[in-house]
Amino acid sequence: MKRITPATIIGVAALLLLPVAVRFAFPAAEKYYLHLLIQILIWSFIYTGWSLMGRFGLTSLGHGAFTGIGAYVMVLLWNYGGITPWIGIPVAVVVSVIVALLVGYPCFHLRIIGHYFALLTLALTEFVRLCIVGLREFTGGSLGTQPARYGDGVSLYALQFEPDRVLSYYVALVLWAIGLYIWWRVDRGMDRYALDAASQDEDAAASVGIDVTREKLKITAISAAMCAVGGAIYAQYQMYIGPDTIAGLGVSLNIVFAVIAGGMWVMLGPTVGAVFTQVLTEVLRVTIQASAPLQKIFGSAVLALDTMIYGLLLILFIIYMPKGILGTILEWREKKARASR
Amino acid sequence: MDCQLDIFFLEAILNGLLLAGLLALLALGLNLIFGVIDVVWICYAELVMVGMYGIHYAYKGGTPFLLAALIGIVLIALAGILLHVLVIRPVLDSAPINQLLATGGVLFILQGAATVVFGIDFKNLGIRLGSYNAFDMSFSYSRLLTFGVALAAMLLLWVFLQRSYIGIAIRAISQDRQIMPLMGVDQRRVYLVTSAIGGGLAGLAAALMVLQFDIYPQIGLQFGPLIFMICVLGGLGSMIGGFIAAFIIAEFIAVGSSCFATEWGYAIAFLFFMVVIFIRPQGLFGGKS
Repeated sequence: MKRITPATIIGVAALLLLPVAVRFAFPAAEKYYLHLLIQILIWSFIYTGWSLMGRFGLTSLGHGAFTGIGAYVMVLLWNYGGITPWIGIPVAVVVSVIVALLVGYPCFHLRIIGHYFALLTLALTEFVRLCIVGLREFTGGSLGTQPARYGDGVSLYALQFEPDRVLSYYVALVLWAIGLYIWWRVDRGMDRYALDAASQDEDAAASVGIDVTREKLKITAISAAMCAVGGAIYAQYQMYIGPDTIAGLGVSLNIVFAVIAGGMWVMLGPTVGAVFTQVLTEVLRVTIQASAPLQKIFGSAVLALDTMIYGLLLILFIIYMPKGILGTILEWREKKARASR
Repeated sequence: MDCQLDIFFLEAILNGLLLAGLLALLALGLNLIFGVIDVVWICYAELVMVGMYGIHYAYKGGTPFLLAALIGIVLIALAGILLHVLVIRPVLDSAPINQLLATGGVLFILQGAATVVFGIDFKNLGIRLGSYNAFDMSFSYSRLLTFGVALAAMLLLWVFLQRSYIGIAIRAISQDRQIMPLMGVDQRRVYLVTSAIGGGLAGLAAALMVLQFDIYPQIGLQFGPLIFMICVLGGLGSMIGGFIAAFIIAEFIAVGSSCFATEWGYAIAFLFFMVVIFIRPQGLFGGKS
């Protein structure tokens, strides 16, 4: 690892003190800004999980399935079995890892890659979403459901912390830091070189003794587990889950878009993607709500404007900036440093 | 779970057959694009959705239905050309997955634009064709018409690909992308024509679908995944494979829906799809993997 630089220390201190800064800067809207930060951190964790696979050319459109499984398994165990999330989340992780391996093994063994892999994982997302809707007696169908509130809503036993935004912030921050640690471990490990080689040329990688299927399964399991945990924590924070908010194709595509926007080959890329998409959505929402003429013309449908802008940006990123925002900035800085040497 | 071998079961099977015609038509356009240009238009169902809105407004504006349908077909054929020129051409040489994601961006744009411009409420054309009743079973004429037109369109496309010069060029390109430009085939022109035909097929599907379904901005999400599944199941690029896969999937949906709930019909179809792909990754009729 790089030595711990002053910049890192300042960064960590700033993140730890952020709730204090928010309280002083926006005393009237403290809850709102903390909410924004928490959203960014939780989604960053999920995006980081996706990018572990995405960076090796395993572009999955199936991660909405894993966030969905994570959230629903935990909530259903809590609501119907009274089983604490401390057990529920590990169970959810095990379930989603099993699903990931069941789908992953044949895929990697048969070398299903590229758009075949994307379309197959897309089918997985749809399958899980349809199952959630189909089991409507338990899951509330397409209307979604809520985890049962325990006491006043802040409880270590029930892992609920939503009413206390500052506490929620620190929970999300720890989660996010764990995500970055996992990313860093993968980046430093031998598996990373194996997977890099495999993503370039599978035959060549296999010929030098890399067990391609095994390596891919390993990273898929880690990635699916992270998304399941992320989905569960998101459910605990939002205190609501719906098949379209935490599972399904929409979630999968959002994950892919955010990571591409931020940059999938650098550690903080997914985080930058989360900041970018969340801030973009919020800025658009606030601007639109503030402008009466826009609302008059389009009514409530005007909120779909952000979807349009997402789409446009996604295309522009893929054509002009495939390394994402952070990836491009870092590359540009490196070039400049090399030129000045 | 009232799954019995009675007249309702037979009705479900026959209605599945009629649904298959529509799905086969939808899969055909996507397969043509993939076979020739080697790109997956993940926004294909959204093009259909835009076509449905176009036809809806043309018809409500006083245009006779057939003319409105023609407008829809031309409109989406043009949209196909635009999509190719603006989005596909710049990423033609990058990784396949980037091409797929770029059209994913188009999906977002079209869906968002439809919501902003047309609103979120369901729209209905208000044409009722009635239904054909026999032996206690009932089949709506719009479904029968869809089935007939879809089959006719597929036959026409087949004749076009077999007989016309450009059709032969299209088939040749899909077999060998490197050699054909050396043989004097203008690859850019072939790609444009293919995109137009693919779009036109989406427009035709839209014209048939407005007779059966309510229109709303998210309708693409309901059909999109299904179409990709059919294409992959039949072997991406294989038109005959897509045709047969459409019938298999439609029967799963129709019978599953009549035995259990609608979602389970779809869920079983998706599960079946995944299992088949694990056994034959190139699809049921795909030649090369």
